[in-house]
Amino acid sequence: MTTRPALVKGSRAVRSTIALKMLMAVSGLIFVGYVLAHMYGNLKAFSGQEAFNDYAHHLRELGEPLLPHEGFLWIARVVLLLSLFVHVFCAIALWRRAGRARTTKYVVKKNKHSSFSSHWMRWGGITLLLFIIWHLLNFTVGRINVNTGETGDAAGDPYTLMVQSFEVPWLTVIYLLAMVALALHLHHGTWSAAQTLGLTNNATSRRNAKAIGTILAVVVAGGFSLVPIFVLAGVID
Amino acid sequence: MKLNLKIWRQENATAPGGIHTYELDDVSEDMSFLEMLDVLNEQLNAEGEEPIAFDSDCREGICGQCSLMIDGEAHGPEVTTTCQLHMRSFRDGDSITIEPWRADAFPIVKDLVVDRSAFDRIIQQGGYISVNTGAAPDAHATPVPKDKANRAFDVATCIGCGACVAACPNGSASLFLGAKITHLGELPQGQAERDTRVVNMIGQHDAEGFGGCTNIGECTAACPKEIPLDVISRLNWDLHAALRHGK
Ligand code: HEM
Ligand code: SF4
Ligand code: FES
Repeated sequence: MTTRPALVKGSRAVRSTIALKMLMAVSGLIFVGYVLAHMYGNLKAFSGQEAFNDYAHHLRELGEPLLPHEGFLWIARVVLLLSLFVHVFCAIALWRRAGRARTTKYVVKKNKHSSFSSHWMRWGGITLLLFIIWHLLNFTVGRINVNTGETGDAAGDPYTLMVQSFEVPWLTVIYLLAMVALALHLHHGTWSAAQTLGLTNNATSRRNAKAIGTILAVVVAGGFSLVPIFVLAGVID
Repeated sequence: MKLNLKIWRQENATAPGGIHTYELDDVSEDMSFLEMLDVLNEQLNAEGEEPIAFDSDCREGICGQCSLMIDGEAHGPEVTTTCQLHMRSFRDGDSITIEPWRADAFPIVKDLVVDRSAFDRIIQQGGYISVNTGAAPDAHATPVPKDKANRAFDVATCIGCGACVAACPNGSASLFLGAKITHLGELPQGQAERDTRVVNMIGQHDAEGFGGCTNIGECTAACPKEIPLDVISRLNWDLHAALRHGK
């Protein structure tokens, strides 16, 4: 006989798998808010170089004089970085748990009743993580201009760096693939977060949460994709 | 009809198992799936081979004993229990793969039989209300709003079969847990122990080695009692409340 677990004593809510899920949901929703704002900001590219650079500049002055220069930006960076750490940590913990929960796989297993996006949360999440790292190197931390080979300040102002980056077709392809991953993640993640937070206690609210997930996926991934596509098409230059 | 059956055989909990293939002829479409297996077992008996072990009890869809993964679907292609599945759902010449529930928290006893006592231990952690027993109380002693009574009744139909775990890619028992939490949480009698119930039950669930839920939804599709996904939201909500109350 295999040994069976005894009745556990002293269970705590904070130590449960649901608590891990709640951390994922809250950090995930912080990302959702962030990508919405970020996507809106990117669309400034359609108003031309000056408007876009002004916007990038204003972000650094946001909250002044109450906050120091770049104060708001740094608060956002710290919150996002912490959220990313929590989100990925919980994702890995739950992924490992799921692996241990079924060590012998089925010979035949159908998953006919669930969305593709729900099965892609983990691999899609890794795709997003890799993309986020590259994206920060590209535009924020290293400022790598793949087109000219320049880095740092020499890579050009924010607008120039963006346009020259998206003039490189393979960079645009990577970016668009990441947007597919983001769309899938938002499609399932939004409704999943609502469910994890206990907000979908009947069929109507479940349907609404799923609809919001679909809308967010289309709006955010679509909005982000407009700029690179129009750069590649030569409309933005 | 004639069937080609691919069935998981495993001597005991620790022996290695594998798929064995059996041919079965003259299957009537009016047979239930378990009757079809009974016929196969008689054939195996006659041939001097060890019959296939599988679970069943009521054979009328109410006890939750029967449990088979049929062609990759828990309880097979219909929304019902394996004992209530009939061979008319299959066609002559079909190849059918039959496996036990796969979850490390449900270890295999033999062939298609798994040990689901993990569910019993979860129930022991709070799937009840503490009341003085004795004479039955008057039915109207504790008023229950009709909609709550309906909902409690609907989710109380969970028979603890474990199909939700079997179907879940994460091997989570959240639907089962949610059904129990909602059933008692909707009723006035369930309020006193509401916080400790959810904390202790999820604590046992996690200790048994079930996975965490990612709201994929295969559980509710596999559930013979059509327990809806919103019971998991309710489970999460109750845990949230317990967290706020410092449990
Ligand atoms: C822009 C970035 C991201 C956004 C907007 C986002 C958003 C979300 C949201 C809202 C959820 C639902 C939480 C819940 O189920 O309660 C979620 C779940 C998840 N995320 Fe992310 N996430 C992002 C990045 C990542 C990254 C980098 C990873 C990588 C490791 C990741 C892996 C996961 C996994 C595995 C889940 C669990 C799936 C589930 O529970 O349904 N995510 N994400
Ligand atoms: S929730 Fe449905 S599938 Fe899960 S144990 Fe109960 S009856 Fe079976
Ligand atoms: S044998 Fe009782 S539900 Fe199938």
